[in-house]
Parts: sequence; C-alpha cells; structure tokens
Amino acid sequence: MCNTCGCNITPGNREFAYKPVNGMTPVSVLKNLLAKNNDQAEHNRRHFDRHRLLTVNLMSSPGAGKTALLEASIDALRDKYRIGVIEGDLETENDAVRIRARGAPAYQITTGSACHLDAHMVHDALHEFPLEELDILFIENVGNLVCPASFDLGQHRNVTLLSVTEGDDKPAKYPVMFRAADAVILTKSDLLPVLDDFDPARAELSLRNLGSRAPVIRLSARKNLNLGDWLDWLIGELVQKRGKLAADVLAQPVADPQSILSNTGMGG
Amino acid sequence: MHEFSICQALITQVEQIAISHGALKVQSVKLRIGSLSGVELPLLEHAYPFASAGTLVEGSTLEIERAPLKVNCEACGLESEVKANLLTCRMCGSCLIRVVSGEELTLMSVELITT
Repeated sequence: MCNTCGCNITPGNREFAYKPVNGMTPVSVLKNLLAKNNDQAEHNRRHFDRHRLLTVNLMSSPGAGKTALLEASIDALRDKYRIGVIEGDLETENDAVRIRARGAPAYQITTGSACHLDAHMVHDALHEFPLEELDILFIENVGNLVCPASFDLGQHRNVTLLSVTEGDDKPAKYPVMFRAADAVILTKSDLLPVLDDFDPARAELSLRNLGSRAPVIRLSARKNLNLGDWLDWLIGELVQKRGKLAADVLAQPVADPQSILSNTGMGG
Repeated sequence: MHEFSICQALITQVEQIAISHGALKVQSVKLRIGSLSGVELPLLEHAYPFASAGTLVEGSTLEIERAPLKVNCEACGLESEVKANLLTCRMCGSCLIRVVSGEELTLMSVELITT
C-alpha cells in the first residue's frame, strides 16, 4: 500500500476520500498524523542498523528505577558489551553524570518542559555519540507513562518498567504505554515483602488483559537481585538482532502503530 | 500533553496539501482516531484553532471519526469490540489477540476551497 497511487483507498474508507462539494476540492490523504516523526524514526533505525546496534527505549513513571537498572546493567556487561545511553529529562544532567561515572558514554537531552523524546531529538543526539563504538544503545525516555508511548524514536525494542511501589493495576490504567512494551520489568522487588498491596500476579494479569505477551521480569537493580533474566533477555535480543541484520530485516517494536495500521489497511 | 504538537504536525501537513493544490483556504479536515492512539480528542479539538491560527487552515472545521476498538482472537477467531484496558476476547476470554482497529491516528481527507 502506498499514499501516491491511491491503492490505500478501501471500500471502508472510500467515502472519506471522495466527496464532491461545489467550489471545493476534496483531497484524499490518509496519512498518519505522526508521519514526520515516523519518517525521522525510520531514518534513525537505519543509522542503528548500519552500526549493528541494538537500541532499547526505556519507559516508566519518574522514579521507577530506569537509571538504576542502567547502572547495574553497565556494571554487569562492561567486560563483554559496549553500552551507550541517551538520557531524556526535563532538566539537569544528573542521569548522564551517573551513567558516565560507570564508564559508559552518555548524552543528556534536556527537553525543557516537553514530556517525551521524539525522533528528531534522538537524531540530534546521535551526532554527539560514538555509535561505531557501541553494541547496545539505551534511550532512557522522560519519566512519564503517557506521551513517550506515542512517539517512535527508531528503537528496536521498548522496555517498560513498573516499580512495586506503584499500583499493580498500572497496566490497566495506562494501556497505551504497556501495550507498547516488548518486556515489562517489575523493579525494586526487594521491597515486595513490606508492600502487601502490590501483587506481582495481579500486575501480570492486568498486563495480559491488554493482550500483551511481553515477558514480565522481576528484579531489584539496587540489590542486584535477579538481574540474570533481564540480562539474558537483553543479550538474546542483541544476538537475534544481529542475526536478523545479517538477513537484512529491519527490527521494530512489537506494538509499532505503523505495522498495525498497515495490517488494517489504514496506514501508508 | 502532546496533542498540541500533534496538532501542529497536522496543520503543517494540511497546509502543504493546500499549497500543492493551489487552494485559497481549507474548508474542513477529517481525522480518524482510535482510543489506543494515545491522543485525547477534546485536547486535540481545543488545540486546533490555536495551532491553525495564521495558516491556510485557520477557520476550517475539524471532523473526527472515532475508530472502534476491535480485536481479532487467535484462539477462537472471533472479532469483538473491547475496552481499552480489557483487550481479551469477548467470546472466549483469550489474551492471544491482535488489535485490528483502535490505534488509528489518521488524516483521512481534506476539503479545499479552490475558487
């Protein structure tokens, strides 16, 4: 399907495409409203693929432990894999400073008051980055369970963190965000014994109710508990990515809106 | 809170279409939006006059069609309409579903005033 020859006009949407009105010209467009961002994201993805990178977009509420997870991951993988981080926050370089202290390159995007990163911001950051020297690039998105889910950055995988100090019904409350996740990490699990109102099984049920098949991994980055499952998932994705790259396939996040739109004949 | 920037992107797209067709003004803009698109209709509607001010799109009407939220069940094959936070199959309850409608964020058509 394309937007140029009209093959995206289906019986279901034809009425929108052609409606003769006196003195007016109806123009069929059928374009995704985020087309500009998505074009840039696709460009970014090609950058990443050319450098044989796995790019992972980390999303969560503020304070769920994204930076702590990154610190622990860098520590655990530093001998085998080269990790870089793009940080997104409204203000401060604090997170980038924490990442650099672990010996990994980090670039901080301060968004001012914007609540998410978009593909253009990430692209600008790439020019400040030694992509050819990396295996895995993390994009730590702005802490927010709403907007980041709507913007493709060109990443290969989305990981959504849910700390056990939040409600176990978060997936039901923020379905767009949790449906976008390729993996869901329950963080701060060392606190579970004292938090009798957070039930990991309920959190997982709330996620399954969204039709999500993403693995749920329970860990504590601070206490180095159960990091293994997360690292296995991550390395598995990198290995799979490099295998796919060899086969020249462009990896995309599981809930990429474009793929669903094209399935329904609505996209272009 | 990204409705305003989405609205600005929309206005930019519509204005480019209007210019490429030599239009004097834009009469109306039609969108199709699903509840899983991450965009709230009232916020988008509220942003529209502000984002379109001073462009060829100013003064046009914004018509939004809601795309129903529908899933197709891989277990029983049924297509059913569901709620945004309960996407399991209405018939058999399986979570092995594929969303077939409800994630749209699409500019469907534009009416231009050319005379």
